[in-house]
Amino acid sequence: MSAENFVQYAAFLLVVGLLVRPLGSYMAHVFDGGKTILDPILLPLERGIYKIGGVEAQSEMDWKQYSLSFIFFSFAGTIVLYTLLRLQNFLPWFDKIFQVTPMSLDLAMNTAISFATTSTWQAYGGENTMSYFSQLAGLTGQNFLAGASGLALGIAFIRGLARRDSNRLGSFWVDLTRATLWVLLPFSLIGSLILVWQGVPMNFLHYTSATGLEGGAQTIAQGPVAALELIKNLGTNGGGFFNANGAHPFENPTPLTNFIEMLAIVALPAALTFTFGRMIGRPRQGWVLFWVMTVMFTGGLFFCAGPEQQGNLTTIRTANLIPSATAGQPGGNMEGKETRFGIGASVLTAIVTSNGATGSTNSMHDSYMPLSGMAPLVNMLLGEMVFGGLGTGLYSIIMVALIGLFLAGLMVGRTPEYLGKQLGPTEIKLITLYTIAMPFTVLILTAIAVIAKPGLDGLTTNSGPHGFTEIFFAYSSCFANNGQAFAGLSVNSPFYNVTTAIAMIVGRFGLALPALALAGRFGRQGRRQTTSGTLPTDSLLFAGLLIGTAIIVVGLSFLPALALGPILEHLMVK
Amino acid sequence: MAKQLLISLRITFILLLLVSGVYPLVVWGISQVAFKHQANGSLIRNAQGQVIGSELLAQGFTKPEYFHPRPSAAGNGYDPTASGGTNLGPTSDKLINGVHKKDLSPGKPDPADFDGVADLAKAYRTENGLAATTRVPVDAVTRSASGLDPQISPANAQIQVARVAKARGLSEEAIRGLIAENTSGRGLGVLGEPAVNVLKLNLALDAAKK
Repeated sequence: MSAENFVQYAAFLLVVGLLVRPLGSYMAHVFDGGKTILDPILLPLERGIYKIGGVEAQSEMDWKQYSLSFIFFSFAGTIVLYTLLRLQNFLPWFDKIFQVTPMSLDLAMNTAISFATTSTWQAYGGENTMSYFSQLAGLTGQNFLAGASGLALGIAFIRGLARRDSNRLGSFWVDLTRATLWVLLPFSLIGSLILVWQGVPMNFLHYTSATGLEGGAQTIAQGPVAALELIKNLGTNGGGFFNANGAHPFENPTPLTNFIEMLAIVALPAALTFTFGRMIGRPRQGWVLFWVMTVMFTGGLFFCAGPEQQGNLTTIRTANLIPSATAGQPGGNMEGKETRFGIGASVLTAIVTSNGATGSTNSMHDSYMPLSGMAPLVNMLLGEMVFGGLGTGLYSIIMVALIGLFLAGLMVGRTPEYLGKQLGPTEIKLITLYTIAMPFTVLILTAIAVIAKPGLDGLTTNSGPHGFTEIFFAYSSCFANNGQAFAGLSVNSPFYNVTTAIAMIVGRFGLALPALALAGRFGRQGRRQTTSGTLPTDSLLFAGLLIGTAIIVVGLSFLPALALGPILEHLMVK
Repeated sequence: MAKQLLISLRITFILLLLVSGVYPLVVWGISQVAFKHQANGSLIRNAQGQVIGSELLAQGFTKPEYFHPRPSAAGNGYDPTASGGTNLGPTSDKLINGVHKKDLSPGKPDPADFDGVADLAKAYRTENGLAATTRVPVDAVTRSASGLDPQISPANAQIQVARVAKARGLSEEAIRGLIAENTSGRGLGVLGEPAVNVLKLNLALDAAKK
């Protein structure tokens, strides 16, 4: 790895690390009844929202009520978005010359579910599908709402571990509203103005006709890009305004905007580890999770950067290209990458977006070298436990930790416990249910797609092991509610619109419900005293156990599929 | 149950009003006052006020007196209404050798015709008068992710200098000066890569006196 890239990665992790404490403590204040500097403006607004909405802010919910509210809210979001999309031809700002992709029943259904589950899978094409009205009222709106409800889930999960002898996890409506008002809105406002300053458009102009210097005609797609751009990252959604998503110069015009957008993905999930430590009253427990995440993040970064910087040896040899980076050019594999990002910032974004449950990639992962493309895939298969989706990332990593503790408990013959909460048979069943949901869903759907004709029909760009990886990647990404793609797969067909939607629904609710149920059971328990027989969960040993468990679970579940896809393709590169 | 369902609908609409209505309007209002040029797409106009492009989006150049951008997979090339890359995998034969159909009626390009990296490298060598042994920068023969990459690497620009200088009768030194003026460095000194904006460079060439 070049020195420049190394400095770039170190700078990113340093800034993230510096933000963990202030942001984490701010979120602890927001959700745990503390005071914040925004209270004078937002408290009256919050009261107004509860009044109109009919919310009793004081009444807390048990895990079933919390789950039900979450499901209803996601359902309402899906229905609203579906209706908007189907009716977009009759709503303002629809341009039939440019919005040429028909908003079919299955595409609208797929898109509505994908935005309500923070997957924001791009079966749609952006500039040639969505009207400005759909972009704002539909996509931008769901980016906020689905992102905020994810954060609410994470907070409820923390409360289960923080409380004792209580069956209450908080009020979903209060957590949702506070996540929107105190967390997402202020940061989005500041961030999007920086993006506009750097060149991201924010207008309601028609697509602009231009006549180029050589006389060629060009139609410049415009729109209220900045309003969507920041929140799509902050809410860990990722569906782009344009087809090319974060690679489009209007979405991501400079290396600085890329840095800010990557920070928007990682900063809040990283800071949530501190919020966790603060709310359970044991800061070290939070820091351990943060360091485990950072170590695994760095591992992925190096794993991906190596083959990408080495480049595609076949093209280098056939076309006689400059193989490595020099002062004036990036070297490596630049197919599907932007000049301003080069290899370094592209790989950083691949690792951030794949860990961070956000599909806003700035390069085309389909054209990555086989092993480099495997890095984002494995990050998603790990369950996005490294930083992860906003709110959901925290319970992803804790679930892996609980499996590790269970295994360790089996070895020494003691009932495992975490933070004084006992992992009895019911808890273990919930954790197992959570863990097998992904292999079960992803592998079965992949298997169906690779033997069904409509599944194979999607392989319009690539074939062989690479084609297999495209399909495997699609379901992994949808289940992980990530939304990034090996985009050569043609997914706007009824078959893929339905099957990917199934993966997204199971990936959102099939994980959230066991997590909330577990939080409910933890909350009801008391807290056991730490004894000499308790495995300390703020130690290096525990960190190692956590990382080891993650790798073993992924390996056992997915190694055969990975061998058929990227690993086999790697062996085929001549 | 019914009560929770009602609350969820109400909250959805109230919050949507806030985040899809008020919030974009505030961002729009501030942007249009503070960053009008960027907020409207960083458009470049000629002396007559006609839009000739956006400084952030690539447009096609083939004449020898202009610098050429990277190849594009957006639509039929540099189409901002169809952004995207090739998405071809690293072992794809199409990526490396392209697809070429024989027996074309003259003047009619086959829509299936596609130049691979090897073809693009050959064309790049021909137009810049390079020997087959000269190594070519990767960015010059690969398609970007958006198909609208407005920039090329400095090394790519340097190779094109001789061709442009000859076509324009300008000194290579003067052109190198213009390249330097239109090169953006790494963000904050460490982020991304240095890059040369092709459209701005070509406009500067047109403005330069012989």
